[in-house]
Amino acid sequence: MSAPGTLAWFARHELRLTWRDWLAMMTAGKPRRRRAVAIALVGFAGVLHLVAYAMVARYAGVGTDPGKMTLLVITGSAVLSWLLMLSQAMESVTRAFYARSDLDLILASPISARKVFSVRIAAIAASVVAMAVLLAAPFINVLAVLGGAHWLGAYGVVIAMGAAAAALAVALTVALFRLIGPRRTRLIAQIVAAVIGAGFVIGLQAAAILSYGTMSRLAFLQSDAVVAGAPGVDNLVWWPARAILGDAVALAAVAGASVALLGGAIMVFSPRFGDHAIAAAGVAPAAARQRRRGGFRRASSAQALRRKEWALLRRDPWLMSQTLMQILYLLPPALLLWLSFERGTGALIVVVPVLVMAAGQLAGGLAWLAVSGEDAPDLVAAAPVPSRLVMRAKIQAVLGCIALVFAPFVVALALASPAHALVATIGIAISAGSASRIQLWFRAQASRSQFRRRHTSSRIATFAEAFSSIAWAATAGLASAGSVVALITAAAALMIMLGVRLLSPAGAAP
Amino acid sequence: MSGSSRIETIVTQHRPILALDIRGLTKCFDRPAVVGLDLEVRPGEFYTLLGPNGAGKTTTLRMVAGLLRPDAGSISIFGIDALADQVAAKQVVALLSDEPMIYDKLTPFEYLEFIAGLWGIDATVAESRARELIDWLGLGPHAHERCQGFSKGMRQKVALAGALVHDPRLIILDEPLTGLDAASARIVKDVLKDRVRGGSTIIMTTHILEVAERMADRIGIIAQGRLIAEGTLDELGRHAGARAPGQAGTSLEDTFLALLAAEAVAA
Repeated sequence: MSAPGTLAWFARHELRLTWRDWLAMMTAGKPRRRRAVAIALVGFAGVLHLVAYAMVARYAGVGTDPGKMTLLVITGSAVLSWLLMLSQAMESVTRAFYARSDLDLILASPISARKVFSVRIAAIAASVVAMAVLLAAPFINVLAVLGGAHWLGAYGVVIAMGAAAAALAVALTVALFRLIGPRRTRLIAQIVAAVIGAGFVIGLQAAAILSYGTMSRLAFLQSDAVVAGAPGVDNLVWWPARAILGDAVALAAVAGASVALLGGAIMVFSPRFGDHAIAAAGVAPAAARQRRRGGFRRASSAQALRRKEWALLRRDPWLMSQTLMQILYLLPPALLLWLSFERGTGALIVVVPVLVMAAGQLAGGLAWLAVSGEDAPDLVAAAPVPSRLVMRAKIQAVLGCIALVFAPFVVALALASPAHALVATIGIAISAGSASRIQLWFRAQASRSQFRRRHTSSRIATFAEAFSSIAWAATAGLASAGSVVALITAAAALMIMLGVRLLSPAGAAP
Repeated sequence: MSGSSRIETIVTQHRPILALDIRGLTKCFDRPAVVGLDLEVRPGEFYTLLGPNGAGKTTTLRMVAGLLRPDAGSISIFGIDALADQVAAKQVVALLSDEPMIYDKLTPFEYLEFIAGLWGIDATVAESRARELIDWLGLGPHAHERCQGFSKGMRQKVALAGALVHDPRLIILDEPLTGLDAASARIVKDVLKDRVRGGSTIIMTTHILEVAERMADRIGIIAQGRLIAEGTLDELGRHAGARAPGQAGTSLEDTFLALLAAEAVAA
């Protein structure tokens, strides 16, 4: 047992909190679900290994002395993963600054804040590494089994990447704190994190579309022009890729550099972390004055509800950024759409399912906010309005937002191909309606601030929302290509909805 | 028709309509929360419900406000069967709880506009009432600021304005003064007194016995989901003296504690 107040003691405390938090997240706070969760995780790991096999089995034969193209593809994939880790780490660091939880208690205690925050930064690194290892493990395992043990070096690289991501995330967040102050850092850091996470994917897709008219990132990385322009195979830039392939020297260098980075970040930033956390605690929301307009507007109950939902969405930049970040992923199809005007309508078949999928995902998030994230549920429930009308008004508000976001895309599509636009419109409406309906069936009261963790309230709802969006996207894509297989995917989507309805608390109620 | 049943019909017909008439109200969660509760509140009355934590006060009020469905019993609000016609009953009721039900991203003015829309109040009438309430509650300088930075007292005042903007006949208040400073609490109390003078009926729970002592026309004491005593301050004092001789003092606090102690012994 470690002595109270020591680094090891704090580490144990953090570990216990993290473990319980994770367990609560996985079981949605219901301890009886632990066994089911364990079984589901094992099954999920199995599925991931199958997916990994399908994706990377053909690369297992790559030896320890690869060509430039291989190094380029591995490095590109590693950078993409690392940016996602950096994005996750920035979110964690921001939360560590702003989530009060036990911070007041710890900062009020006579224990050195430096120790506490050293452990906190290390804990952030550990959580980033753990998540990355969990996601990378199926791929590494498949490659190691099929291609040899030298692939196991990738585990070391993943750990090193996680540590480096955490170190850089701390440095970036502290820099933001100093540059723009604690009031704005929370929002900006989260936007930066999201843009970092999505930016590289979108950039590669955009480059691939502009070069080859396809959304495949791999096609771009393997292109002759990119390979020719890349540094020689002996360049230091390829060391992480070489380490992944099992080069011991490169692995030692990458691991050493990342440990040094993390250690440096802990040493430099942990003494200031406490000051920044205190500054974040002192941030009061600025008094935001609304432009004064005329008097009360005449409104029915439904209109009042819709206006309220739209005003709340419009005025919450954090929620807006979280929700509309999904729209970032629409940029590549928008680019493809734009190019299609010049190169014929063949590429539009790719655009339709992307729009339908995005509409479903966006509607799911917005519907959660409107239905489960109601801030004054008792007020609305106490109003003389039938609950059915309340829900209808909220869903109308959601669908109104969807219409607003997707209308420009559909109009552009209509100019290129009215038939594709019609299919996309129907697909968007059905996909958004299905996702909203799932949120209605699984509604559970929560604070809007829990938006990021809404998936924990029901795993079934989360998967159902994703699967229904995918099924409707496939249907729309096949329909826009004129394939009768669309009927089969549409039937599958309907079956998903029926199954979800039966599994939902609303469907299970007598 | 027999003579006795005719008399009963005549009595029923001439019985004044109560603001709130609860009969045999029962609600169980993991354990019974409210057990066969009977309660009558007259129009224009300020009725205070007292009881220890977990006694069933909030559960009772939430059932009256239509936020919880009882397992058994009936609730009548100004003669409207609140379980059969929830919408009509809610039209005349307002609920104010200790956690203000407001939206951080709306201004007080917009919040009141939203509530007027929900209750279907004419926009012109609602606006005039809203401006009056905003001034009265001292919210004027903040009427067009978002509520996100408001103190607890200001948030409670906004919520109170929301509860009053549709001119309810029955106002349900669940611990409305919790966490308020003296000045805010005084304003809230003044507004409530004014509403009662204007003919509204108020039913309120509170742990601040001094407030109940000074404001209530009648007080009900609830314990373990049952109404154990009811009446004016004097009536309760006499009741406590009879049930717990030697324990009941002169203050409501003494009376309240004596009655709870007697109930615990009886249980």
